[in-house]
Amino acid sequence: MAAVRHSSSDGSSHRGMLLLLLLPGLLALLTTFLLPLIWLVRASFASSAVAALKGGDWTLESYRTVLYDPFYWKVAWNTLYLGVNVAIFAVALSYPIALFLARTKSRWRGVLTALAVAPLLTSSVVRTYGWMVILGDRGVINAALQSSGLTDGVIRLTNNYFGATVALVEILMPYAILAMLSGFGRLNTQFEEAAALLGANRFRVFTRIILPLSLPGVLTAALLVFVLAISSFVTPRLMGGGRVFVIGTEVYNEATVTLNWPLAAALSVLLLVLFGSVILIYQRAMRALET
Amino acid sequence: MDAKLARFAFALLITLLYLFLLAPIIVVLVISFDTRQYLAFPPESLSFGSYAKVFANVKFISAFWRSLGIGLFVGLVSIFAGLLLSLALSRHDFRGKGAINFLILAPFLVPHIVLAVGVMLVLGPLGLLDSYSGIFLAHLGITTPYTVRTITMSLMAVDRRIEEAARVHGASPAMVLWRITLPLVRPGLIAGAVIAFLISFDEATISLFIVSVKSSTLPTEIYHYLEYSTDPQIAALSVILILISVGVVVVVERLIGLRKAL
Repeated sequence: MAAVRHSSSDGSSHRGMLLLLLLPGLLALLTTFLLPLIWLVRASFASSAVAALKGGDWTLESYRTVLYDPFYWKVAWNTLYLGVNVAIFAVALSYPIALFLARTKSRWRGVLTALAVAPLLTSSVVRTYGWMVILGDRGVINAALQSSGLTDGVIRLTNNYFGATVALVEILMPYAILAMLSGFGRLNTQFEEAAALLGANRFRVFTRIILPLSLPGVLTAALLVFVLAISSFVTPRLMGGGRVFVIGTEVYNEATVTLNWPLAAALSVLLLVLFGSVILIYQRAMRALET
Repeated sequence: MDAKLARFAFALLITLLYLFLLAPIIVVLVISFDTRQYLAFPPESLSFGSYAKVFANVKFISAFWRSLGIGLFVGLVSIFAGLLLSLALSRHDFRGKGAINFLILAPFLVPHIVLAVGVMLVLGPLGLLDSYSGIFLAHLGITTPYTVRTITMSLMAVDRRIEEAARVHGASPAMVLWRITLPLVRPGLIAGAVIAFLISFDEATISLFIVSVKSSTLPTEIYHYLEYSTDPQIAALSVILILISVGVVVVVERLIGLRKAL
């Protein structure tokens, strides 16, 4: 299996060719992915911004700051809270769409699928702007509420966690729909028909057949949305107007405003650890579902 | 009757959810024709004023051309590197293949903001912060996994017997690649390039860490503009960007199907 498949006579030229094929792509991934990750971990142990770039004396100072400063505990909590909320709502709102797309026999299916997934291909900055327009102080919702006489003053829907949550839910929904669509492949209408034939009503068919069978897809979607939400920064920053503090916004702040690169690096490592543990939990849950 | 009602309720629910999903795009489209200088809804009167302002905004226009150039270059280099990698991985067996496969998948698992800090730390000492080469390298890293995926899918669909038949009839490996394999995977190549272009063109997170005045891209310009103002000019610009995306969606959908590409 590990051996080169071709005969040994042209083995060396074959190997040279293979190297040539692999080199450009591997070089690209090495310099733009592997190296940055190593540099990041190194910088998180550096004593100063200069040391973060050049290497030098090692210290746990940045990690100490992250672990002992109550502010960063609050930030970590905010991030998890935002991630869980966004995951729950994005999955709940995407589920009917995915179910519909997976089973519809409409000739519009292709168009409707494209319409549900296409927002992925527009910049998150642009879609965040859309939500600033909808939820802003003089935005769509406030204008509607005021002109209908339901409220006099402005209801604050942006510059807070609520706005960030709503925008992230909508921005990440296409990912959830995609993940569920691939996971719903094993939904077989024959089971449902059999259950209905045996006298189960629609509710029972849903809770006993459809829901359990679609659970793996739901779990994958929830994981995907959660990890994307806790690592987001453009949407929380713009929708939060500087009043929403999550790991993403703090990493950006430390890296570009206060220029405390070791701290930015340590926070990034924290995010990676969070990522890794969530993925481990997901794998456990998937295994439990399969048995 | 009961079943009919349930079906109607479900259809209504789906419609409402689609409305929520498309709300920002719809609202941006409406706002972009507003005549006023500030953000408000609904528009009082409609005009193309905001579009005229976008085209007169030197910052946006130059950032647009920069983003376009970087995106095209990233797309081309990304499918070149991606094609070679895909050929190696789908046509050859060798030691370390599993590790390389993992290395290609790994960028999907690392959040962009983490990568952004790392890329910034690597580019800094090299003097590549706020440079075209810097953004190009950063975007190449995040797009190559996508191009490898789309091209590998096309390669797997190619009937190997056609390639073997050509070999038997005396074609050299290079000739087989040029005359048989490449034409057959062309849809995958184009789709890969288009997706790589769009990822680079829309990318904001990493760019914000490594870009400032000289090499600002369109997403970073919009981001910094939005920090201070949300006027309809951005809406007009957004509509232009959405139209570009729609064009891309149509191309990808025709070539390999949108679901497979993402």
